[in-house]
Amino acid sequence: MAAEIEYTNLSGISGPLIFVEGVKGVGFGEIVEIRDGSSEIRIGQTLEVDEDRAIVQVFEGTSGLSVKGTRVTFVGKSLEIPVHRDMLGRVFDGLGRPTDGAPQVITDNMMNVNGLPVNPWSREYPRDFIQTGISAIDGMNTLIRGQKLPIFSGSGMPHNLIAAQIARQARILSSEEEFTVIFAAMGVKFDMARFFIDSLEESGVLTHSAIFLSLADAPSIERLITPRVALTLAEYLAFEERMHVLVIMTDMTNYCESLRELSSSRGEIPSRKGYPGYLYSDLAAIYERAGRLKGVKGSITQVPILTMPSDDISHPVPDLTGYITEGQIVLERELFNKGIYPPIAGLPSLSRLMKDGIGEGRTRKDHAQNAAQLFASYAKVKRIRALAAIVGEEELSELDKIYLKFGTAFEEQFLSQGHDENRSILQTLDLGWQMLSLLPKEELYRVSMEEIQRYYIPQDERE
Amino acid sequence: MDNMLTGKVISVNGPIVKALGLQGIRMFDIAEVGPDRLIGEVIRLIGDVTIIQVYEDTTGLMPGDWVISSCRPLSVLLGPGLIANIYDGIQRPLVGISKMCGHYIKKGVKLSPLDVDKKWEFKPLIKAGAEVKEGDLIGEIPESPLVMHKVLIPPGVSGRLATVAGPGEYTIEDELYTVENGAGTHWGKLAGYWPVRKPRPSRRNKKPFIPLITGQRVIDTFFPIARGGTATIPGGFGTGKTMTQHALAKWCNADIIVYIGCGERGNEMTDVLTDFPKLIDERNGRPLIERTVMIANTSNMPVPAREVSIYTGVTIAEYYRDMGYSVAVMADSTSRWAEALRELASRLGDMPAEEGFPPYLATRLAEFYERAGLVETLSGADGDISIIGAVSPPGGDFSEPVTQHTSRFVRCFWALDKILADARHYPSISWTDSYTEYLQDIEGWWKDLDDQWLSLRGQVMGILLEDNRLQQVVKLVGSDAMPPPQQFTLFVAEMIKNAFLQQNSFDPVDKYCSPEKQLKLLKAILDLYTKGGELLQGGTTVKEMAALDVVSEMVRLKSETPNNELERIDDYRTRLAQGLDSLKERKGEV
Repeated sequence: MAAEIEYTNLSGISGPLIFVEGVKGVGFGEIVEIRDGSSEIRIGQTLEVDEDRAIVQVFEGTSGLSVKGTRVTFVGKSLEIPVHRDMLGRVFDGLGRPTDGAPQVITDNMMNVNGLPVNPWSREYPRDFIQTGISAIDGMNTLIRGQKLPIFSGSGMPHNLIAAQIARQARILSSEEEFTVIFAAMGVKFDMARFFIDSLEESGVLTHSAIFLSLADAPSIERLITPRVALTLAEYLAFEERMHVLVIMTDMTNYCESLRELSSSRGEIPSRKGYPGYLYSDLAAIYERAGRLKGVKGSITQVPILTMPSDDISHPVPDLTGYITEGQIVLERELFNKGIYPPIAGLPSLSRLMKDGIGEGRTRKDHAQNAAQLFASYAKVKRIRALAAIVGEEELSELDKIYLKFGTAFEEQFLSQGHDENRSILQTLDLGWQMLSLLPKEELYRVSMEEIQRYYIPQDERE
Repeated sequence: MDNMLTGKVISVNGPIVKALGLQGIRMFDIAEVGPDRLIGEVIRLIGDVTIIQVYEDTTGLMPGDWVISSCRPLSVLLGPGLIANIYDGIQRPLVGISKMCGHYIKKGVKLSPLDVDKKWEFKPLIKAGAEVKEGDLIGEIPESPLVMHKVLIPPGVSGRLATVAGPGEYTIEDELYTVENGAGTHWGKLAGYWPVRKPRPSRRNKKPFIPLITGQRVIDTFFPIARGGTATIPGGFGTGKTMTQHALAKWCNADIIVYIGCGERGNEMTDVLTDFPKLIDERNGRPLIERTVMIANTSNMPVPAREVSIYTGVTIAEYYRDMGYSVAVMADSTSRWAEALRELASRLGDMPAEEGFPPYLATRLAEFYERAGLVETLSGADGDISIIGAVSPPGGDFSEPVTQHTSRFVRCFWALDKILADARHYPSISWTDSYTEYLQDIEGWWKDLDDQWLSLRGQVMGILLEDNRLQQVVKLVGSDAMPPPQQFTLFVAEMIKNAFLQQNSFDPVDKYCSPEKQLKLLKAILDLYTKGGELLQGGTTVKEMAALDVVSEMVRLKSETPNNELERIDDYRTRLAQGLDSLKERKGEV
């Protein structure tokens, strides 16, 4: 590698970008160190290289930089971070540098934060059921080890409580293996991050967790690196150290906004709502790092959290996320206002990997049908409620009234549970049958006759 | 042809690389870039500058790096061994790559798409000395237990067959035959290259007339596609596009399936990869993988390779079509392909049209779907390609450019409905928004099976449309306030939805429904409609009918009647008639 040359001739600074002239031998995607007069070294990356010019994005932002007096060095490689088991129990900034006062972990293991695409042939299809202890998830939108299942939330809703509850309670039925938790915060407030750390600490999970914080006051461009740094450590722990890693990333909407900011300062042609046309591919490069590999113990399960601007699920961020992730847990304002926790929407929530992770030998044989019937019956409740809003509840048929009762019970007993209530999957399934037993047998067409005979509780046997 | 050109990189912007000094290079030629020899394709020539889109990650590439080109267009290698294989967008074998470099796809990996060492059992079917022309059959190779690979004279070659190898085992690189003509000698091998962007020739296009039977009731009965037809499946996320594509790839009765995972989830491809070798095709007792070729360019793999993946897939499909097979191409999802096009166009600074997509989006879509069709192949046989492309409209809004342009070029539109999917009614193909233009083309085929087909379909569709209209009123007043005949229509429509349209692709019986079973189920439902309608006149209420065990049993008929025990439905119809009659008698007694 050639000796490092320091360049000083900047031709411009625009948003997070600096334009360096007269450069030679600089590669695309290379890491750049930027020094101003102070002792601070900022890190950046080349976004475009021409014969004598390089465009560099500065992760820490360009505030305080000037065209004159800024010195730029090209490092000759892309961004790498050290990875080691000892990083568990530690707190880092958004670029992976320790912020807890202790020194950086010393290791020769350096990994490129961008990772490499996994060969689809090398993936192992995820099938192991994760019990989160939350009925709405376990019963109807099951989380599977190696899945990427985001929480679509809205401002003010308890997505962080739910994510923390998942982190505390998640278990694999067949074994007592515990999760390693990696938490990446992008553009969130300090008190929210504090809540998370405290919650992990109380349950004793913190000692085997790693925390990456790019808080709201950090430069926005840093957020583009934070999830990549977190996932790089996750990949190391999962596939080298053979651990089961749960990665919680919040808030992906802030990440996307940083990407939009960068794209607009480059003058790129925007697609929807000003987001760049490559938002899908960029998000995919993050989300697709979840999964399992053939013949390797260890897995990465992702629970990204995003807030939908004005609760709009068709906004580009939730929309493109939903196209990449394997389902979504959607929080619903109406349930939230009713005081139901967790306010997990019955219908738009979905887990795509559920079908292969449940059933006989995994959870229980009737699980799939139980869930399908609950979905179908609850869909009918929604239709009847819409009708009742017009004609009044009094005018409804007897059957419709029974459905309304079922709907209320479903929301207040099945969906609703305490912040520390940890239900086993069998409890959840039995609770599901209790709900279904409120309906007449003839209405249960997604379950088999045998299942009705076995689990349905006739009216006279109910208290 | 093999003149090597060399040039130098002058700029790198993501996958778009500009180079100088490649005088004489042509559009869409392949170029290898930088020390890793990354594969790229020439997409624009401006003066001395060559613009190359690189199919791999360009990190680390710098101005001054070498570019070399052998002036050959981007091509796929066609020959035995494609079946049961899985490739990335530029036909690199993923199994081979995983053996070579582990779990991740490293840059610059180069491997032959076909196994060069494998010996194939060749049986010649023609003798040396014969006059041959393009498309003529030379011999056969059993490629998989389901696919007899036909070795044909490639397009553009004709003359006297000077030599032909005897029966025996050959690799794809062995010389198999020679054709001599005035221009010289053509050396024939088992495998050959074909440029992906150039459709393979055929003699003429024909009008499709046989339905592609998918075993999915809502498709086969209501919105059928013909063999050689085109269809699109638009739907927002979570509406079941991929599951519908999987169901079609599993159960449709094409001879060969080319499944293109274009910018989609890695785990979904793994699902196909783990499922297909295990799933047994009822019709021949063989695993589905033995008729399937897979292209996987998942969303995290390089974007330009996604753009080319659908051409790679359809070129492979044409190769098997030319052997006289019926091929079905599933492209999931063409929106991701269009987005790749948009991303590259934006990096090139092209003027955007709608929503940032380049103005040539419609032309490219049309060109792709035009490669479907029933044709008379060069050998004179019939072969066909059906293309089924999924579309992922942002926000589930069908007015966006990809859905709109696609619907202009396909003749079957299977609209997925969010409300149905939310109620877990799968396949969530809407019966009000979907359409097909193949009904007249394939009517004859169904008539041979049962001449009432069109009328049965029409009656059931009529009930569904009436239901759709009545639902508007139900929303306002509730179904109990409706007059009995309308309540009855709502009741039967609900039965059609649950007992016919809804289909469980994980149920061992229900996952595939033969055309015969579809007909019988339709008849059973119409029995209820006709008989029940008569009872209604006599004063029987809908509630009384619904309370009959035999009526509520109808919902389970689809999952409790195997395709080879259809007499059960006949029995059921008898019992249904008796049950309904008993109501009449009871009324009579009162």
